[in-house]
Amino acid sequence: METTSAGDILILGPVLPEIFLALTGMALLMVGVFTRDPEGDVADQAMAARLVNRLAVGALLVALVLVVAVSPEARVTTLGDMFVLDGYAVFFKVLVLLASMLSLLMSSQYLELVRSARFEYPTLVVFATVGMLMMISANDFLALYIGLELQSLCLYVLATFQREDVRSSEAGLKYFILSSLASGILLYGISLIYGFTGTINFDLLGQVFVGYGGEVPPLGVLTGLMFVLAGLAFKISAVPFHMWTPDVYDGAPTPATAFFSVGPKIAAVALLMRVMMEPFVGLVDQWQQVIVLISIASMLVGAFAAIVQTNIKRLMAYSSIGHVGYALMGLAAGSEAGVRGVMVYMAIYLFMNLGAFACILSMRRRDTMVVGIGDLAGLSKTQPALAAALAIFMFSLAGVPPVAGFFAKLYIFVAAVDAGLFVLAVIGVLSSVVAAYYYLRIVKIMYFDEATQPLDRAVGREVGWVMLGTGVLVLLFFLYPEPLLANAASAATALLGS
Amino acid sequence: MSDLPILSLITFLPLAGAAFILMIRGEPQVVARNARWVALWTSLTTFLLSLGLWAGFDSTTAEFQFREQAEWMPELGIAYHLGIDGISLPFVLLSTLLTPICVLASWESIQSRVKEYMVAFLVMETMMVGMFSSLDLVLFFVFFEGVLIPMFLIIGIWGGPRRVYAAFKFFLYTLVGSLLMLLAMLAMFFTAGTTDIPTLLQFDFPRSMQVWLWFAFLVAFAVKLPMWPVHTWLPDAHVEAPTAGSVILAGVLLKFGGYGFLRFSLPMFPEASIEFAPLIFALSVVAVIYASLVALAQEDMKKLIAYSSVAHMGFVTVGAFSMTVQGVQGAVFQMLSHGIVSAALFLIVGVVYDRVHSREIAMYGGLVHRMPVYAAVFMLFMLASVGLPGTSGFVGEFLVLLGIFQVNSWVAAFTATGIVLGAAYMLFLYRRVIFGVLSKDHLKKISDLSPREVLVFLPLVVLVLWMGVYPSTFLDMMDASVTNLVDRLELARAGMAAIDVAGR
Repeated sequence: METTSAGDILILGPVLPEIFLALTGMALLMVGVFTRDPEGDVADQAMAARLVNRLAVGALLVALVLVVAVSPEARVTTLGDMFVLDGYAVFFKVLVLLASMLSLLMSSQYLELVRSARFEYPTLVVFATVGMLMMISANDFLALYIGLELQSLCLYVLATFQREDVRSSEAGLKYFILSSLASGILLYGISLIYGFTGTINFDLLGQVFVGYGGEVPPLGVLTGLMFVLAGLAFKISAVPFHMWTPDVYDGAPTPATAFFSVGPKIAAVALLMRVMMEPFVGLVDQWQQVIVLISIASMLVGAFAAIVQTNIKRLMAYSSIGHVGYALMGLAAGSEAGVRGVMVYMAIYLFMNLGAFACILSMRRRDTMVVGIGDLAGLSKTQPALAAALAIFMFSLAGVPPVAGFFAKLYIFVAAVDAGLFVLAVIGVLSSVVAAYYYLRIVKIMYFDEATQPLDRAVGREVGWVMLGTGVLVLLFFLYPEPLLANAASAATALLGS
Repeated sequence: MSDLPILSLITFLPLAGAAFILMIRGEPQVVARNARWVALWTSLTTFLLSLGLWAGFDSTTAEFQFREQAEWMPELGIAYHLGIDGISLPFVLLSTLLTPICVLASWESIQSRVKEYMVAFLVMETMMVGMFSSLDLVLFFVFFEGVLIPMFLIIGIWGGPRRVYAAFKFFLYTLVGSLLMLLAMLAMFFTAGTTDIPTLLQFDFPRSMQVWLWFAFLVAFAVKLPMWPVHTWLPDAHVEAPTAGSVILAGVLLKFGGYGFLRFSLPMFPEASIEFAPLIFALSVVAVIYASLVALAQEDMKKLIAYSSVAHMGFVTVGAFSMTVQGVQGAVFQMLSHGIVSAALFLIVGVVYDRVHSREIAMYGGLVHRMPVYAAVFMLFMLASVGLPGTSGFVGEFLVLLGIFQVNSWVAAFTATGIVLGAAYMLFLYRRVIFGVLSKDHLKKISDLSPREVLVFLPLVVLVLWMGVYPSTFLDMMDASVTNLVDRLELARAGMAAIDVAGR
């Protein structure tokens, strides 16, 4: 692996986006504090929140530009080998920044509606994003853990952001307790691995594991690997560590749910994939079976449990569990094609899922949010554009061509078949048929059923733009898939260093 | 000629029309009227363009013609690759012919959400033409599956009382089959290293692998065709779909399966096809006899025609897997003929359904007294469905029987009973609907075909007679391609025989 400037602690160029975002986050806190009138009412708070929101979106955009600007030719490590920047990291950082930016853009209208618009929300999203960027670039277990915790702490608060709502508080508490448990498991796994190998650096660990030369590694390493896997599986809400997902997705304010379902998930998948493909690649025989099992379980639970849901946020929670299952199928392949497949999958998933949440955020009746699937009845007559957009996202999530979701699945299946994982691929196909049923059910309710009480016609400006942008991308992806595919391919090559 | 991408134009012109319709704004009445006209003109232009395709087609060669190639996903070598040969050209023509007829047939019967309806039909036309002319596995699959979305909406929005059930059944049944086919396609891709269909047609897959691939494709095509026992979605979908939906479903979508057998299963997996031809024969014979008997017992006109479709598709599979020139030609011809005849029969049901709003056979009787023109048209297509000499149905069934008789006379005998049973249920239907005393009150004022309806039927009448009296026009078109296909199968058969001899 070609690595430049290893170990030089003072090279800050690659870390520039993270530094910038962290500083901006602190500055935004100041802005929020000083523009807000402490005695002001909800409207005053909302004014400050709106300003901070705009600034945060702008800061994320600048960070996006910085990420692209500092993207190196070859792999670069810095901060004492704790931080790595390569094409792989750049790809996922762009996705995460887009996820944060778009979900932040959609949030202000909702939060004002539920009278919870405060400037802390955008600030927390910015800090969470810093954590996610650190996760993606982590090159040892300590950096991994710090990034993960920085992200998670912000997410707990975001989940409880609707303070007056009992369900929101419950969601945040549940998330906090279960997530802490998972972090504990992860830490325990890391300490086991450190104990048995004497290092936490990914590059050194990789050499140690390759050194086993295909023999069964010590039990402590194996146990550590499993604990690390369990901890990370929790963060991407893969079965059997998924139980928190429906409750948290349901209870959290909808813009936060939209954010949870893309940003942290993409970052955690990126992290998991780096951990498995870089340090643990020598132990692929040991972890492949586990990933296959988790993948199958996630796809099946995601498909079957979603059928009976009546709340669209819960449905999206199970849907996201299923999608993680598909992404893991690519990881299970353990090949460059698999990594590329996961990257394409996550990129397309980002747009279709955010688009679907933009539609969910537009579900209002007499200025109150509704989340029942039945509330969509007859939407195609009252709001044809919104219904068409949601239908496109649903067909895409179901993976029906020619919309983008099909190509995401195609690349995953390509990797699985290439790796000879036929059973996994067949189960994936069958569960995607089951999943198609519940996505189609939403289309059915919008198009085939008669309207009961129409939803409000007004779609917020920002939400509308996000919906339009993601909708066009998802619908017309097939016309010119090349940029995404080429980037994913070179990023995958960067990770595997071939 | 070569610099104009005529095939892409035919494929995507309907999509452009659909985009145009989406942009129409204004009063609901005006929008509906404009949407209808735009759809009609777009589909007619597409049809005329496809006639240009026919005119420029060289029927002396089995090569793919009008080829167009562009990079699409170069990482995997997946390309945008179109082209047609003698087997796909007639189906392209069938698709472009039936779409304007469908638009015209829905002129008055569809009054709600006209805009969306026309968009769905135009999108579907793109998918159909693209499916028949794509020369890349992934591109083929995109079109093959993409057709599900508009059809799902057509059945679900404009369908009958049990439309939701029918739409879901249609969608999920087909999805299971085709996704398994997708996996098989990927396995082919990794074995042969390409998704290019012309290259794959020359590629020899290992025999053990062929069996798996063949079965995966069988599932997909058997559901689409449909073959017994996976045909149960068809009666539901047909009964609930609006008239034009049934027309496209029976006229073109069912041909996806038969076309798939001829394009993939037979030429790419010849050994497996030879090995499992008896299985196909058995399923087809069951389909022919069973579906005919079920049709005999139907009280619903659309359901009866739906079951007759299953029986007629049994002929197609028998002909295709007879692997003789006559049999394969018969299979293609039978599909074309069925595409026209069943489409016309569904339109015929649609005519009285628009007036009486019932498909129950018992609700009718004695229509000949009020609707002589209608009775004449109905009789022509009824007889064509039965296979009367001089109509297209006869040529297809005769060629199929000719082909299969050289291979297995028992299968020929059993298949031939389908013709007898077909005559029974069609004549029975005709007698009950058209003849007898016109005693029912709601039929006393029923009116004969309007000029628009005559216009809908006219091209179909001409075609049925043309195909019946002078089939060479169409047989010549496919001759070279069919001979090429059969030659490949003969070669594989000779190879298998040689291995068997060597094995002893």
